[in-house]
Amino acid sequence: MSSEPIKIGIAELKTAFSPATLFTAGLGSCIGVCLWDPKIKLGGIVHIMLPDSTLGRNHVINKAKYADTGIRALIDEMLSKGANKRRLVAKTAGGAQMFIMQSNLEMLKIGERNIEAVRNELKHQNIKLISEDVGGNYGRTIEFFTENGQLLVKSIYKGVKII
Amino acid sequence: MKNYFNLNELQLDALKEISNIGVGNAATSLSMLIGREVKLTVPKATLAPFSKIVEIIGGAEKEVAGGYLYVNGDIPLGILFFIPREQIPRLLDLLYGETMIKVDNNNHGDLLNEIQVSALKEIVNILAGSYLNSLGILTNQVFVPSVPALSVDMAGAILGQVLQSIGNVSDYALIIENVFSAEGEQINGYFFLIPEPETLDSLLKSIGV
Repeated sequence: MSSEPIKIGIAELKTAFSPATLFTAGLGSCIGVCLWDPKIKLGGIVHIMLPDSTLGRNHVINKAKYADTGIRALIDEMLSKGANKRRLVAKTAGGAQMFIMQSNLEMLKIGERNIEAVRNELKHQNIKLISEDVGGNYGRTIEFFTENGQLLVKSIYKGVKII
Repeated sequence: MKNYFNLNELQLDALKEISNIGVGNAATSLSMLIGREVKLTVPKATLAPFSKIVEIIGGAEKEVAGGYLYVNGDIPLGILFFIPREQIPRLLDLLYGETMIKVDNNNHGDLLNEIQVSALKEIVNILAGSYLNSLGILTNQVFVPSVPALSVDMAGAILGQVLQSIGNVSDYALIIENVFSAEGEQINGYFFLIPEPETLDSLLKSIGV
């Protein structure tokens, strides 16, 4: 556990074997989707930003940006490193609404839409969502321990918890 | 132009210049509010993938007060204003006097109270209003901003939400950054102009480059 934690930025995905720790900082409406294969102790995080790749209007797409393509890309990456899809389990955090505005701007509900999209894609892929810390109106930083699959969630206002 | 990468040097300079004039105007307003001279740094334009943009603002976990306005219309824009969390008490002191607003600076986790939040929103409103006024004059456009939204939290969390408005069309963000600081005080504001790739052409045409 002594090695440097591996950082995952907005719209990025990374995987690592135990004893590595993966982390992603400052999740607002974005969601950190963490997958873990308990047998080979391989973990991965994708930091998704938007719910649905079919709404994208650019051609060169970064798969890790969207819930649907991001989760699929993370699964593929983990399978290529020897994970078994049937063993994969998921934990998620994020999906907040950072701004409260008197307006119906679609973008303000993006957190909620991300939460839904992540749940749907995991269900579609038959991956069990063990726990989630989502919603609210505050930012989160997460650390994912590949050794035991624990997910530590930190926030300024709510302190630290492990899910 | 559907892509930030087609921007030439002259066009980037023009964007920096309009932002600079806008922030200059905002700085004048702030200077009058707090009774201190306010200085500006040279504007910077950064074109980077989303994952790198947060580094510009001092890292994803940096605690800031972030004010955000979205400007609808022919040329939609995002305007984001950051002030580091630890500087809020002094800013509010300068604006309203120490007895009126007490902020416990040692307790970062404390929520600001309602008066403090609305005071900060008012600052964002005034600064963004000055900024947009000068932008409107320069581009001969009418910019109708949303009511400012405020969040005191991690910079990355705020930026992530702001950037998703361009996330569907781009993997990169163009951010024009201006920093201003109040003389003799530890107060630095960060102003970001976030143009959208699909309407960059119109924005540039409106200023003749």
